[in-house]
Amino acid sequence: MDTVQLTIDNKPIVVKKGTTILEAAKGIGIHIPTLCHMKLDDLNIENKPGGCRICIVEVQGRRNLAPACCTEVSDGMVVNSHSIRVVNARQTVMELILSDHPSDCLICPKSGNCDLQSLAHQLGIREIHYKGEQSTYREDTSPAIIRDIDKCIMCRRCEMMCNEVQTVGVLSAINRGFNAVVSPAFEMNLDHSVCTYCGQCVAVCPTGALTEVNHTSKVIRALSDPSKTVIVQTAPAVRAALGEEFGYEAGTLVTGKLVSALRRLGFDYVFDTDFAADLTIMEEGTELLNRLSKYLEGDKDVKLPILTSCCPAWVKFFEHQFPQMKEIPSTARSPQQMFGSIAKSYFAEKMNIKREDLVVVSIMPCVAKKYECGRDEFKVNGNPDVDYAVTTRELASLIKLANIEFTKLPDENFDNPLGESTGAGVIFGTTGGVIEAAVRTAYELYTKKSLPRLDFDELRGMEGIRHATIDFNGFPLNIGIAHGLGNARKLLEKIEAGESEFHAIEIMSCPGGCIGGGGQPYHHGNAEILKKRQMAIYREDKNKTLRKSHENPYIIKLYEEYLGKPMSEKAHSLLHTEYFDRT
Amino acid sequence: MNDNKKQLRIALRNCGFINPEIIDDYISRDGYMALGKCLTEHTPEETIKEIKDSGLRGRGGGGFPTGLKWEITRKSESDQKYVVCNADEGDPGAFMDRSILEGDPHSVIEAMAICGYCIGADKGLVYIRAEYPLAIERLQIALSQAREYGLLGENIFRSGFNFDIEIRFGAGAFVCGEETALIHSMEGLRGEPTFKPPFPSVSGYLGKPTNVNNVETFANIPAILNKGAAWFSSIGTEKSKGTKVFALAGKINNVGLIEVPMGTTLREVIYEIGGGIRDGKKFKSVQTGGPSGGCLTTDFLDTPIDYDNLIDAGSMMGSGGMIVMDEDDCMVAIAKFYLEFTLEESCGKCSPCRIGNKRLHEILDKITSGRGEFQDIERLQLLSQVIKDTSLCGLGQTSPNPVLSTIANFEDEYLAHVNEGKCPAGQCKALLKYEIIEDLCTGCTLCFRNCPVGAISGERRQPHYIDQSLCIKCGVCYEKCKFNAITLS
Ligand SMILES: Cc1cc2nc3c(=O)[nH]c(=O)nc-3n(C[C@H](O)[C@H](O)[C@H](O)COP(=O)(O)O)c2cc1C
Ligand code: SF4
Ligand code: SF4
Ligand code: SF4
Ligand code: SF4
Ligand code: SF4
Repeated sequence: MDTVQLTIDNKPIVVKKGTTILEAAKGIGIHIPTLCHMKLDDLNIENKPGGCRICIVEVQGRRNLAPACCTEVSDGMVVNSHSIRVVNARQTVMELILSDHPSDCLICPKSGNCDLQSLAHQLGIREIHYKGEQSTYREDTSPAIIRDIDKCIMCRRCEMMCNEVQTVGVLSAINRGFNAVVSPAFEMNLDHSVCTYCGQCVAVCPTGALTEVNHTSKVIRALSDPSKTVIVQTAPAVRAALGEEFGYEAGTLVTGKLVSALRRLGFDYVFDTDFAADLTIMEEGTELLNRLSKYLEGDKDVKLPILTSCCPAWVKFFEHQFPQMKEIPSTARSPQQMFGSIAKSYFAEKMNIKREDLVVVSIMPCVAKKYECGRDEFKVNGNPDVDYAVTTRELASLIKLANIEFTKLPDENFDNPLGESTGAGVIFGTTGGVIEAAVRTAYELYTKKSLPRLDFDELRGMEGIRHATIDFNGFPLNIGIAHGLGNARKLLEKIEAGESEFHAIEIMSCPGGCIGGGGQPYHHGNAEILKKRQMAIYREDKNKTLRKSHENPYIIKLYEEYLGKPMSEKAHSLLHTEYFDRT
Repeated sequence: MNDNKKQLRIALRNCGFINPEIIDDYISRDGYMALGKCLTEHTPEETIKEIKDSGLRGRGGGGFPTGLKWEITRKSESDQKYVVCNADEGDPGAFMDRSILEGDPHSVIEAMAICGYCIGADKGLVYIRAEYPLAIERLQIALSQAREYGLLGENIFRSGFNFDIEIRFGAGAFVCGEETALIHSMEGLRGEPTFKPPFPSVSGYLGKPTNVNNVETFANIPAILNKGAAWFSSIGTEKSKGTKVFALAGKINNVGLIEVPMGTTLREVIYEIGGGIRDGKKFKSVQTGGPSGGCLTTDFLDTPIDYDNLIDAGSMMGSGGMIVMDEDDCMVAIAKFYLEFTLEESCGKCSPCRIGNKRLHEILDKITSGRGEFQDIERLQLLSQVIKDTSLCGLGQTSPNPVLSTIANFEDEYLAHVNEGKCPAGQCKALLKYEIIEDLCTGCTLCFRNCPVGAISGERRQPHYIDQSLCIKCGVCYEKCKFNAITLS
């Protein structure tokens, strides 16, 4: 391997050829500040426009300062990362950025989590010497995301996410010079665009320019209305990330404290979306088996592969981009919506609560879920199955607002009947989890045999597209997994071209799946955090006594008491949906 | 333009002497001879060596040695390479490249084919601004004639070498002349620069090795190969060989395109070729290098023009704009004028250029409108230095040059603005004061009747008076007064 010798801040160092100054410095404990640069290791995601010019360093013999993120090391290079020339330039560039930025920190949704704010602090900015005009743009509110682009610093991270990772192509730089900003084309509103609300732009925006629509005050209002019964469901990925907001190490499971916090917030029943995930598996797994047996009987019209449908951003993506294939995905609703639908029928009837008096709140790692619960097909007489979807981050702020000392909370259990779940429901939170859960159930239903092992390591990991073949009693079931919509697009194009060998494909919009959702605590570009959350999810699964959806006693009871069989008429009307051509 | 003996036409050798729409005209003046010789008698390496020996440097502004660039692109291994001709010419007032393409399109086509042969490319692209319809038309005619004659296409001169050229249209953004931005624009992406390396020679259009040269650079190639590297390198200075085309403009008697050997002094250009300053006024400054060049004073009049001398003087060659200013020009206003241009043309990608140039402009505006403070001058210098030091591409790296050079060379003018509230050249309106000299005023009321904002008052046949708080400094009263009773200070 070719190596290169150089010195950074008087420290000699030998690194691999092709390394950037930024990486080389990091290796010896020199943290060169950055703003636009972001790299998610192992996910193949990197934003490196070289635009913010915060990471500039002095390279001996060069006329100009060099951006450390883009400049590759070379033999004999002498780098100074904090000479007076560098520090002055870096502070001046930062002052320039701040001179075109509203000083809203005290009331900004991003305050405390803002990379710009912390960098200003780190660089010791105490005065802005170059004041002048500030750019102002119209605020854009959509069902899930708010764009306040007065706060945009042109880091282009969102643009990279939306174009390169998600291939949705909504966001791009528009205008020139001082007026340049990242926006949908023609400064169109997000809700007029093909945006999927995946929220990956929100997840990476270093400032408050992109944030989720905040529903916390609506939740508080509902909780304080005595005429309402307010119940809550919480998605699997939330328990693996919420702790980060309270100082826990990434990957700490806080399920018990989460339940207790929700109870203290005043929710009448604290339920689990994992329960609904088990239900999803019953429906989706059955649908897979139905299609599969038709296929094996020689039915040429059967739609295979079957695609999972639990991610609303993915659903919106294919409705815009591949409407001609809208018959392929499973018709099963997402766990959030199955929960809402069952809560406002089965549970409401059981408890004798009028639909209008029951408020369903969901805690989601996701911003697209805000959009999903507003879709018309998930309403009955205008009353939505799920009233408010709030993100993991919003929950954290609710907990803080209610003076709850999270770390001191006891561990508590979910309520029943909608709170019991299996390990299969838990792993919905990570890429590969839905299909693994489905395989656990489908295998046993299909082969009538008990699975020899439950951990399908071949389905796990962080690679963008994965595949595995599972032996279904001599029938090789080909399974595909894609996370990130760009990867999904690749698989869809293959299916369209008739080149796909898969029978079932799991698709999740967010890199890493819901653990990396747009509503999770900010990862600030650290992919380790996502991996730790993923490990936590698998840990939770392992700790469960029941790990297969069809063994969940409350699911069995729900079918016995209410739904009949999976895919029954009742199940169909409550748990399935249809898709629309949005072109 | 006077055809003065100080001029020497190499790049413009055919302009005006041939009918650009008739390929035979070009051929009769040794056209396509160089291409023929290269393809049939010389290896690419020999041809590249000849270009290297000639000392030709890029005429698009950077002055990078052309032969070396070709060699690097040749050595970049790839299944496909491209030759790109940069005809974006975004400098305001520049028309060197347009004139060459309108007057002698075949010289560029021939040179691009030679370049293709040398680097191993079979495809050429001319990136030209859509606002140049005549140049585009002439180029199209020339391309189809060259194809007809077998000088483009397959198996040119039966050498087995294939080459053809396509035209790509630019939207006219100045920054799209920067080579990486130009390539992105051709790829259908936003025309904004990216960090180099990789240089286009290694990874350019569609990720393939791409040799980008300017129109004028190309126009020199056939002449060099016909007359020899020794001939070319005998012209010019030690490090800058050959000639340079300039678009001479401003307060000068003869404006227009000129081509002079490198090493000609600014004095020769301005006084001998340009015929001196218009209306017998005094020379004040000459600005070279386009919108981000520097403004030089009389001290530099005897500097021989070449790449390095201009940089040492605080300016640059640029693509060849040359604007002469006289005593009536306010240097602060000039700096502001150039900043206005770069401000509009910045792509906005990097913070120092996007926001820094805006702030420079705001400070200059403050000074020219009479609100400047002493510290503003230092602030301008500090900020300029950081913008130059930290910007991503050549635009931001040079945009503060007009500010820095005018402060360096005309600091007294800045001081007059901020300390005394005066514009010595009388250009900054906000600093002007129109006053009526009582003794000379006859009370004719002409000024009173013409003032558009009613700032003038007074009784008939009595001295009039201008209310400074109302006056908008339009100067109408000054022009109308028949008794020279109104002064300007
Ligand atoms: C802001 C900016 C604008 C430029 N505009 C032009 C242009 O209009 N024409 C041109 O030939 N080169 C232009 N250049 C220089 C090109 O980047 C490139 O260096 C040149 O085309 C290379 O050709 P040469 O080596 O023959 O000069 C520009 C550079 C910058 C930074
Ligand atoms: S985006 Fe960051 S820096 Fe800007 S106002 Fe909000 S918290 Fe403050
Ligand atoms: S939410 Fe997703 S699709 Fe919408 S703009 Fe952001 S990244 Fe693009
Ligand atoms: S909106 Fe946010 S992520 Fe997008 S460019 Fe602006 S600051 Fe960066
Ligand atoms: S992957 Fe999960 S978090 Fe991301 S959009 Fe889909 S459902 Fe939401
Ligand atoms: S220096 Fe200016 S023109 Fe060049 S990349 Fe930066 S913003 Fe764009």
